Amino acid sequence: MEFIEPILLLLLIVTAVWMFSRRAKGILGSIYSGRPLNRNDNPGKRLNNLLLVALGQRKMFQRVVPALLHAFIYVGFLLINIEVIGMILDGLTGNHHTLSFWGAGYRFLTASNEVLAFLVIFVCILLLWRRNISKVTRFSGEEMQLPQKRDANIILYIEIVLMIGLIVMNMANVQLNSLSTETLTGSYPISSILSGVLGTQPATLHLIERIGYWFHLIGIFAFLNYLPFSKHLHILMAFPNTYFFKTESVGKLTSPLNVTHEVNAMLDPSYIVPPAPEGMSFGAKDVAQLSWKTLMDGFTCTECGRCTSACPANITGKRLSPRKIIMNIRDRQEAILAGSEENITLLGDYISAEELWACTTCNACVQECPVNIDPVAPILELRRYLVMEQSAAPNSLNAMFTNIENNGSPWAIPAADRFNWAQEIETNQTRN
Amino acid sequence: MPEKKKIKVPVMADLAATQQLPEILFWVGCAGSFDDRYLRVTQDIVRILDYIGISWAVLGPEESCSGDPAKRAGNEFLFQFQALQNISILNAYGIRKILTACPHCFNTIKNEYPELGGNYEVLHHSQFIQQLIDEGKLRLSDNETYKGKKITFHDSCYLGRANEVYEAPRQVIEALDANLVEMKRCKQNGLCCGAGGAQMFKEPEKGNQDINIARTEEAVNTGAEIIAAGCPFCMTMLTDGIKRVSPEKNIPVMDIAELVARKLDL
Repeated sequence: MEFIEPILLLLLIVTAVWMFSRRAKGILGSIYSGRPLNRNDNPGKRLNNLLLVALGQRKMFQRVVPALLHAFIYVGFLLINIEVIGMILDGLTGNHHTLSFWGAGYRFLTASNEVLAFLVIFVCILLLWRRNISKVTRFSGEEMQLPQKRDANIILYIEIVLMIGLIVMNMANVQLNSLSTETLTGSYPISSILSGVLGTQPATLHLIERIGYWFHLIGIFAFLNYLPFSKHLHILMAFPNTYFFKTESVGKLTSPLNVTHEVNAMLDPSYIVPPAPEGMSFGAKDVAQLSWKTLMDGFTCTECGRCTSACPANITGKRLSPRKIIMNIRDRQEAILAGSEENITLLGDYISAEELWACTTCNACVQECPVNIDPVAPILELRRYLVMEQSAAPNSLNAMFTNIENNGSPWAIPAADRFNWAQEIETNQTRN
Repeated sequence: MPEKKKIKVPVMADLAATQQLPEILFWVGCAGSFDDRYLRVTQDIVRILDYIGISWAVLGPEESCSGDPAKRAGNEFLFQFQALQNISILNAYGIRKILTACPHCFNTIKNEYPELGGNYEVLHHSQFIQQLIDEGKLRLSDNETYKGKKITFHDSCYLGRANEVYEAPRQVIEALDANLVEMKRCKQNGLCCGAGGAQMFKEPEKGNQDINIARTEEAVNTGAEIIAAGCPFCMTMLTDGIKRVSPEKNIPVMDIAELVARKLDL
């Protein structure tokens, strides 16, 4: 009978990893279907962004309280997963405490994991309270409907349940150990206090220990497969997404080459415009015409709403919400992955012109995003489609374009008057 | 009272005719050329340039829109058309260093022209003035023009977040011996005036408040006696905002260059 548990565990791991990789392949394929964009320059700065913003959580700390709450869960996740590796090794080899060769390191790991597990439970309850009872403003909005709210709550419930499994397993272990003459491997400051409640029946304790063990491991692998269908995917995507964030000034917007060719041809009739790749347009009306980085942004978004809460248009009651734009991009990719063949597009069916025209391109959303999502990039691409493919700019903007074309200025003032300002300038002082 | 001197603005075409290349080209921008309020800022920058005795010039009638509003409104054709034409003029004169009083021109020329063949060192006038002060080329006299006066600075998005220029304008205000007070949302977290992304040239979308009113309220709440800005669009939005938020107090909205010119009595 001893071989049953390792085989079951192996089956669990293989199934979970296989299911996860199938889904990951779908997501990666979706990201790769985006337009090319060079994000390989300046690897040093990119790595720096990854280390500071993703690993170091730097932008989270723009708001200290949620940053601290988040940090407990984040550190707990990192450390407890080291122990999970140990638990898997235990299960596969039939040993106990495989990682204990590590000595003091193992005692530190087990002890800190217990403390963190309790902190995670405590923090998750606080976060549930913030979402459902005190109702922090940025967790609501047009794009935050029941499925989004449910997803956020499910993640917190799963985390609480996982931690309970871990602690129960430890409690049973400690209690079993206290009934034997062996010395305790690892350090369990909290379980040692609580373990008495489990009684002194070795058979029952053993069963409780196994239940806690399997509960935690099945939970972890189930969570792995819940991730890519949830906003919680940010725990993986934050790393590539911060790495591939633009390294130039935030204010620099792309200058698409297909437009450059056309403009060169206008200025020089002998210029030969290279043939455009299939499906190429000026700007984007659907996700296939957005850059792969923007599509990655969609899968990275954790719906925290910091962008929207800093957006001047949203603050003053306009329909624009940068979070909605990014969530719409992901929803549209999901619909395509699910085989949507209806005649619908991102522009129009998901995102309205009214939202797009409310943006001031102020980059407050980019500044806020803790995982370096850039909502301005897709807003601009969709505006480009409205203007260059559909001639659907607001009238006042069309007038501005005409003025620039005719007068070299956005106002209807003749270019000949451009230098009038210089006619009468007097000064009181000359250089002494 | 010293006698007033008339300043003749040097034009690049005239200098090139005699094989001269000025140290710096002053890119005036459309608002600086046409906007009644902002051309007073242009004139004060000219007074400062004249005062420090640097060699400088403007393109004058050859200057044209940088293309920023067209690009941000989605008209990339028009943007690149403007950019390529401007670049060909700037490159023909061999321009290396550009000074501008418009953060939108600043951002566009600095960040978006290089890809299209225009590589220049670009300075916003707040950076330029700060450098002059640091290098001792501009000595702000010991008068009491702004002594103890509360001044708040509104970060333009295209100077601030877009290009991370936060300190230069603040250092200039402090050099004026004024009392710099910050709004709650400032620097990286500064609230837009509402004009960026070509909003300047259209009506705002439907909402429950205009952005410039929200921002002007923040500025007024600091108790500032002067609201300082460094962008023609912010200037328009905040000036309009004051008329609606606090018409009785009528707090002046002034550009960094105007503050300096007034301090020097130029």
